[in-house]
Amino acid sequence: MITQEQSIIPIDVGKLIGSVEQCRNEGYRLAQIGCTKVGDNAFEINYSFDKDYVLKNLRITVTAETEIPSITGMYWGAFVYENEMHDLFGIQVKGINIDFKGTFIRTSVKYPFGVTIVKGEKP
Amino acid sequence: MTKQIIVPFGPQHPVLPEPIHLDLVLEDERVVDVIPSIGYIHRGFEKLVEKREFTEYVYVAERTCGICSFIHGMTYCVGVEQIMNIEVPERADYLRTIWSEYSRLHSHLLWLGLFADSFGFENLFMNAWRIRERILDVFEQTTGGRVIQGTCKIGGVRRDIANEKLAEMSSNLDSIRKEIEDLTNVFLHDDTVRHRTRNVGVLSREDAYHLGAVGPTGRGSGVAIDLRKTGYAAYGKLNFSMVTDSCGDAYSRCLVRCKELFSSIDLIQQAIRKIPDGPIEVKVTGAPNGEFFCRAEQPRGELVHYIKGNGTKFLVRSRIRTPTLSNIPSLIKMLQGCELADVPVIVLSIDPCISCTER
Amino acid sequence: MGFFEMTKTALKTVMSRPATILYPYQPAKKTGLTRGHVAYDGSKCISCSICVKKCPSQAILLNKEAKTWQIDRFRCVVCSSCVDTCPSKCLFMDTQYTGPAVEKSVEVFAITYVKPAKPEKKDEPNQ
Repeated sequence: MITQEQSIIPIDVGKLIGSVEQCRNEGYRLAQIGCTKVGDNAFEINYSFDKDYVLKNLRITVTAETEIPSITGMYWGAFVYENEMHDLFGIQVKGINIDFKGTFIRTSVKYPFGVTIVKGEKP
Repeated sequence: MTKQIIVPFGPQHPVLPEPIHLDLVLEDERVVDVIPSIGYIHRGFEKLVEKREFTEYVYVAERTCGICSFIHGMTYCVGVEQIMNIEVPERADYLRTIWSEYSRLHSHLLWLGLFADSFGFENLFMNAWRIRERILDVFEQTTGGRVIQGTCKIGGVRRDIANEKLAEMSSNLDSIRKEIEDLTNVFLHDDTVRHRTRNVGVLSREDAYHLGAVGPTGRGSGVAIDLRKTGYAAYGKLNFSMVTDSCGDAYSRCLVRCKELFSSIDLIQQAIRKIPDGPIEVKVTGAPNGEFFCRAEQPRGELVHYIKGNGTKFLVRSRIRTPTLSNIPSLIKMLQGCELADVPVIVLSIDPCISCTER
Repeated sequence: MGFFEMTKTALKTVMSRPATILYPYQPAKKTGLTRGHVAYDGSKCISCSICVKKCPSQAILLNKEAKTWQIDRFRCVVCSSCVDTCPSKCLFMDTQYTGPAVEKSVEVFAITYVKPAKPEKKDEPNQ
């Protein structure tokens, strides 16, 4: 079995911009930004960067009220992930270059991924 | 200053196989800015993982996309296997590789057809799809499904291919290779095609890398990223070279895909030569506890499946980042400054798969 | 110069037979493995309801009291997960695709399985 190398580095929200800028200067490519609900009103956000097939993940843990800074200043293309995060989880992202204000993915339920469903329940 | 007008493009448009909406800001015939919007076919697959057992979610994961379905299923399985430390039998790894490469052939041929259609070459479109039909026949004979194969499962594969059948597939590919040679010859050397694709939608290497372009979109601009080189499944045991081109226009992206068709045929034939005998699955007990970012190379580019489990049968999170989502920013950069008449060709040149993108 | 690159292919296409078939008059292509629809044999079903649990699209319902097994063909994604997991092998894959219908409905089958009587124990203690 071949393991794909990856590391997860937890950081503070305040240090996000600095760390991302460092990645950009070191020549990393933005692979994805993904959000995970880890409890009542706690969200984990993974910023994955790739360089030479090694994945580096910066992880911040926030609540729905926390306003997180946008990284579109460093990575212009990050707006797709940040808008998606806002539309599906209700994470407030400040200063996106193309801010769709909740219309990037239109869903019938507002912030559908922000609510928890009891495990194993029938639809 | 010329007056700016906004022309909506999509969600329903003859060249678009799936709905994406672009607001094109025009000055005369020139596109100055583009605002994309998606969200017409959001299905909430990532949420469904909380209600389906992880062994059944394979079938759901596979239905994320109707073209590269097998690779979605495989990536999910590889991710769960990594968390649970399951060693897959070698034969299963080879079978997965063979089916993945068949997926790539079928996807690239489908794309070549659509691309020909985008510049109005209907005859070429039908010829590409005629060859694709032979690939789909192999899928149906070996897996039972034409586009949704459903043969991957956690711990291996569900169906074996008999060695006689593998030999037949290999010799069949020789005749498919000849047909593809004729087909790609038209794409790469015909003047009308070159005229519509050369210097259209140029993306520089620098832009491509930092906007996160993946797959043939990135490789057409000289970004040498091919996740198959990390050696998941049986790719580590097979020889192949990465196809890149440096021009970064629609022609380059077409060239990369045309050459990849031959490298895929080569990979399948190598895999068929090397495939060992043995079991095709191992028994899986327990449930995944942990997280993993599993990456694989789809026909369209790098695919990321983030899987997180908490030791129960139901996963906490499955996040699927499909290649098209990552290619949308590049698409916007390509469209800025192009002519309105070239928009369909450029949109098609990234191989958009929107249902995939929204999951 | 690339002017008549398409000629060879075009001529070949003109000379060869059509790649398509006249579908309703000629039968569609099928192979032995084709996943058409799930078929059910009520005389073998032991009502374990594993198929209900393993169905990713929740198309199957089993009613133990009424002794019925029902499938919603419009929900079923023909993944053959139930066929693989059925312990009594009462489910199998048919190669025929489900036909079109004008309204949604479910197919209900009766469970006719009779539990074989247990052989009585030979020597019962203290009687």
